[in-house]
Amino acid sequence: MEKNVAYIALFAALIAVLGLVPQITLATGVPITAQSLGVMLCGTVLGARRGFLAVLLFVALVALGLPLLSGGRGGLGVFSSPTVGFVIGFPVAAFVAGLVVEKWRVGLGIASFAGAILGGVLVLYLFGITGMAVVLGKSWPAASLLVGAYIPGDLIKAGMAGFITQGLARLRPHAVLSRG
Amino acid sequence: MLTLTSPFETPLHRLPAGLKLAALALASIGLMAMQSLWALGVAGVAVVCLYLAFGRGFAGYGLRLLRPLWPFVLIIALWHGWTGEFAAGGIIAGRLLLAVALANLVTMTTRLEDMMTLVERLARPLARFGLSPRVLAVAVALVVRFTPVLMDKAGQLMQAWRARSARRVNWRIVLPISLMALDEADHVAEAIRARGGLSGP
Repeated sequence: MEKNVAYIALFAALIAVLGLVPQITLATGVPITAQSLGVMLCGTVLGARRGFLAVLLFVALVALGLPLLSGGRGGLGVFSSPTVGFVIGFPVAAFVAGLVVEKWRVGLGIASFAGAILGGVLVLYLFGITGMAVVLGKSWPAASLLVGAYIPGDLIKAGMAGFITQGLARLRPHAVLSRG
Repeated sequence: MLTLTSPFETPLHRLPAGLKLAALALASIGLMAMQSLWALGVAGVAVVCLYLAFGRGFAGYGLRLLRPLWPFVLIIALWHGWTGEFAAGGIIAGRLLLAVALANLVTMTTRLEDMMTLVERLARPLARFGLSPRVLAVAVALVVRFTPVLMDKAGQLMQAWRARSARRVNWRIVLPISLMALDEADHVAEAIRARGGLSGP
């Protein structure tokens, strides 16, 4: 019980830190926010249920008014803005990523990569694009054009999630709860 | 930790959080139902007056919180400038700005403690399904406390990177940052257990 609560809370804090840490740059020099990487890691490291709860806790605190989203955004206004779908989709993304790692018994790195793509990219963008289409009053294909530019970056982050989950499993085998 | 609550004290701060949230829900539904530019314009003037009523500093702070929306307003302007449906574009952009401004108003005038009290009250029925209010309160407190702690430690890790490497900090830093979060979680779990645990009386 204590371990579950501590892991869920600390990973919620980790998502915030990865969103606020600014200086992560890709090899090309393009700065990216690692916030969605944090969401993926919640699923791949903590598993479906705990990962979902960790991200849900994070989203709830954003709603209550903590500026934890990348760029220091937060508050109830987030839920009226065009990016609402992504925020609502975050917990589901972590759940799906965790589910893949739990059920698909291949190497942890491969399973995490696949889970991060399915949950952290596919499911997340389904939610994100739908939210944007509704708020901006555009068709679904038009909304998907607006966010399409971000998909390659998120595919790269899915790869990172695979490497990092595998690295964590090597360093702290007991702590990777998705395969516990 | 920093919150988005406005440093300028307003009469709205003293209203109950539940009342403000209910009013926000109603106002948001009302906004969605508005179909004419005129109605939205009137609502817009009302919201601007509401902000200005609490002082210029308060209104300026509110305006800064709307800043992340500018790319979307630009997209709507370009899109509807291209298709020629100016009124439709104005309605979509106006609705967006007003809905976010009203929601921000609630966030700016409600302290985190007041929000938490409301959440704890609303979550009380969930105790039957195993989510005790105590566990929820501890989890929230841990996030609020440990976000700045992890932030600090992440900063130290980045400094250590810069001191040892000629290369710029890249994504590999996320591994030690996550490792630190895992270890910290283990320490916290131990500490809570040592103090009697969460399932106690």
